Amino acid sequence: MSVKLTVSAVAIAAIAATSAAARDQVQVAGSSTVLPYASIVAEAFGENFDFPTPVVESGGSSAGLKRFCEGVGENTIDIANASRKIKDKEVKACAEAGVTDIIEVRIGYDGIVFASDINGESFEFTPSDWFLALSDTVLVDGEIVPNTNATWADVNPAFPAQPLAAYVPGTKHGTREVFEDKVILAGCEATGAFDVIKAANGGDKKAAEKACIALRTDGVSVDIDGDYTETLASIESNKDGVGVFGLAFYENNTDKLQVATMSGIVPSTESIATGEYPVSRPLYFYIKKAHIGVIPGVKEYAEFFVADEIAGEDGPLAAYGLVSDPELADTQEAVADEAVLGANM
Amino acid sequence: MTDASMPENAVKTSIHTLDARTKKRNAAETRFKAYGIAAIAAGLMMLVVLVTTIVGNGFGAFQQTFITLDVELVEKKLDKKGNRDIADIKKVSTFGYAPLLRTAFVTKVDELGIETDLKSKSMSALLSKSAPAQMRDFVLEDVSRIGQTVEFTFLANSRIDGYLKGRVTRESIANDKNVSVEQLDFVDQMVEVGVIEKRFNIDFIIGADASDQRPEAAGIGVAMAGSFFMMLVVLCLALPIGVAASIYLEEFAPKNWLTDVIEVNISNLAAVPSIVFGILGLAVFINYMHLPQSAPLVGGLVLTLMTLPTIIISTRASLKAVPPSIRDAALGLGASKMQSVFHHVLPLAAPGILTGTIIGLAQALGETAPLLLIGMIGFIASNPPDSLASGLLDPNSAMPAQIYEWAKRADPAFYERAWGGIIILLVFLVTMNTVAVILRRRFERRW
Repeated sequence: MSVKLTVSAVAIAAIAATSAAARDQVQVAGSSTVLPYASIVAEAFGENFDFPTPVVESGGSSAGLKRFCEGVGENTIDIANASRKIKDKEVKACAEAGVTDIIEVRIGYDGIVFASDINGESFEFTPSDWFLALSDTVLVDGEIVPNTNATWADVNPAFPAQPLAAYVPGTKHGTREVFEDKVILAGCEATGAFDVIKAANGGDKKAAEKACIALRTDGVSVDIDGDYTETLASIESNKDGVGVFGLAFYENNTDKLQVATMSGIVPSTESIATGEYPVSRPLYFYIKKAHIGVIPGVKEYAEFFVADEIAGEDGPLAAYGLVSDPELADTQEAVADEAVLGANM
Repeated sequence: MTDASMPENAVKTSIHTLDARTKKRNAAETRFKAYGIAAIAAGLMMLVVLVTTIVGNGFGAFQQTFITLDVELVEKKLDKKGNRDIADIKKVSTFGYAPLLRTAFVTKVDELGIETDLKSKSMSALLSKSAPAQMRDFVLEDVSRIGQTVEFTFLANSRIDGYLKGRVTRESIANDKNVSVEQLDFVDQMVEVGVIEKRFNIDFIIGADASDQRPEAAGIGVAMAGSFFMMLVVLCLALPIGVAASIYLEEFAPKNWLTDVIEVNISNLAAVPSIVFGILGLAVFINYMHLPQSAPLVGGLVLTLMTLPTIIISTRASLKAVPPSIRDAALGLGASKMQSVFHHVLPLAAPGILTGTIIGLAQALGETAPLLLIGMIGFIASNPPDSLASGLLDPNSAMPAQIYEWAKRADPAFYERAWGGIIILLVFLVTMNTVAVILRRRFERRW
């Protein structure tokens, strides 16, 4: 008994000791899209520097930025990964918690692809098809009516009569926003529904956009809150399903998935880099300037991340599926100068 | 009261012949037994399916494909100034080591007289991305090794590994840009001469996690250490606190409404979902007490909260099972209340307490949900802890968290490792439960 009590006393002493000890590894959290890239960089960083390997957690862009904005100090994260730009609302929330100087780093671009089971039908989509398939309301003979399309053939006669089933990222994912903006909204405008909705709302553009991106709730469109593996599992169990994936995920699972073209363009790092493939978005990470110099390795990690040998065209990130940023040199300079958000606006 | 008389038309029956009613009752009994056997059979079948699936999917993780190469550690590339200054040599990153591998492949192919059209770049792509780091570590360990030609055993890329294990086939890579049919042909040639071979991979059991690009290098060892330190914290805190609380409640505390309330609440706590303890841990240990994130210490504290009710309930049950005559005899011989408890009751209750503790620990070992919230799930590839303090405080993962993390990664090779991790976790759980059963069998006394 007394031995155990001594050991527990040691444990309690350890608790007391930690409050004073400084953290010596970089803590990163955020987007699950950025996670594979960040972990590749973290691993190489741990190998090539004397700093310990940074800890990278996922959980989604919004969740990561929320933790990022909790405040400044050792028990808050140093870097937030995001698959979208930080919102003004979030910058404000950050400022209220004392996180004022934020360094924004764009690491490259990611493509969003539409893929279905390898043995199923192949598709050539346009944004209009997705709008007609998933939107809550569609335009029929100049009237806005509830969406009753049940098969892909209803959406576009060129498609097979396969039942509609789509697995789209849940609202906590940055991917969802890109999907809404570049596919559903684009489709809404292309089918002419946008103008009709706008007119019905008295010319209110914001309200029209909101109405456009409302997805149907009758089970045809399924929100996936987990990772792409969950989307893949859904498609494996429902062979008629079509899912939304990141390009890198698709490239690792080409034996199970076939990719659909969007507006006639096959997604690839090349077609995304040239901007031909329409559905892509920039990936970012955000650094707390206050942590540079306090937590060892924060700046070195950021500089290493955007270095040519990592984020460049021949680097490991591009090999994994990241579309490298043509303006990488500017980003490197910004990181070296610790240029904070809003300083040059 | 009248005399009971036999009905006139009653049929005389013998107890040796079964009447319809008895037959019906017997049939009901037989049916019920059949249901029971069916239920057990269904349960066993599910167990068999579960075990075969796990072993079938996970067995591959314990084997890995290796490539043996002689690499010349060229001085011109690794130490340009030639003064063997460790600071200068450290400046050569893993990217600087990669070209050496290409040369090594070309030398090997010439030496063995293998004919291939592959470029040296496609050959070195067969290797794991961890190969340059392996060489760099080797050189930094002793800089005088620069200039020598050393035989290295490198891990093969996960696609090549999958090819040797039958997961990747020539058909399945039709759209895969990471590996080509020519490369697989080359692999076949290399396998024939024994340069590429599949063998047992100890690194899976003792190694650390690896990034998405190199599933072949990922191991569960560091996460296992994380789980070990968490269990240490749980054992050191939950056992003394739990036992002390139950002894007081069972032997000393007055029976009144307050102790009743405490008792009910302990039982309720045992049923609280574990994620609740995770949120509590985040709020109290990390945000309020400023303990480090992702540390096994915090994980251990959270799991302690979760395990305490289990330990208290089982300890109280085993204390209750000690007959009052033992206490009365001790008290009658002049022992104080405390002496009677610690000298007589507690030793007799010990097997039950240990069993409860081990089962509580086994539960805590398999717990994932609370670890989500305290930062123990993610890419955490730290080195194996070298001391008690670093084990408790350095960021680490835990076995179930690591399995979860692997299962959600894109590369299918991680999936195999997730199953392999499950095998290891199950071995631990089965061992712990067996120990609990043996302890109970050996030391339990019945009155």
